[in-house]
Amino acid sequence: MPRRRRLRKVVAPPIFSGYKPYGTNCESDETIELLYEEYEALKLADYDHMNHQDASELMGVSRPTFARIYKSARIKIARALVEAKVIRMVYGNAWMDKKWFICNDCHSRFTIPKSVSKKSCPICGSENKETLKNQNN
Amino acid sequence: MMTVITSSGNNKNSLFDKRFGRTAWFCLYDEETKKTTFIENTDNETSNGAGTKAAEKMVELKVEKVISGDFGPKAKDLLDKFNIQMVIIQDDGIKVKDILEKLKQ
Ligand SMILES: [Zn+2]
Repeated sequence: MPRRRRLRKVVAPPIFSGYKPYGTNCESDETIELLYEEYEALKLADYDHMNHQDASELMGVSRPTFARIYKSARIKIARALVEAKVIRMVYGNAWMDKKWFICNDCHSRFTIPKSVSKKSCPICGSENKETLKNQNN
Repeated sequence: MMTVITSSGNNKNSLFDKRFGRTAWFCLYDEETKKTTFIENTDNETSNGAGTKAAEKMVELKVEKVISGDFGPKAKDLLDKFNIQMVIIQDDGIKVKDILEKLKQ
């Protein structure tokens, strides 16, 4: 069983709740949802110029998990810029007060209530999961 | 065991709806009989409290697992209180049947 790692909240919450393009006349109701941990990964890597190893340690996740979160952040922001889409901040797992898990195989995120006896991923059945937890808990 | 998948339409070919409270439909899946039922979300246009109403519906339907793209803080608290498992999938453009396939494996 892999060692459980914690995704920690290490940077302050973003000081905005979303980003809107202007000067465009295509009104789209589709928004891109940026997760808290994606914002955090992007800030650590591209704003604080931290290397991936240090950033992943700070966030308390494995390097591959960090790389995945970071990549997802970049893809979302690039898409928002190119397609002139609104970015909405979603607090995501790092902000969640409850204990969340992330499946390393299908990347779904889930809770495990007391009443659930199956501790594996509820989507693909994988046992390979990591804990995502707010450091304040 | 009953599982709910949020859906943009009333059949398995519909796209997975990533919203919980504002989803258009709920796909109710019975793991024992493998049957699916689609229930329209009549509260998805409510100006507020859609998440709470949807969470209450899950309790009413005796659902044990909810698969969606995001849960608001109120919905999360309620679902957690009733020991309903929450699952978040972030994939774009997947259909309800794709998720059902994974669950059946
Ligand atoms: Zn999985």
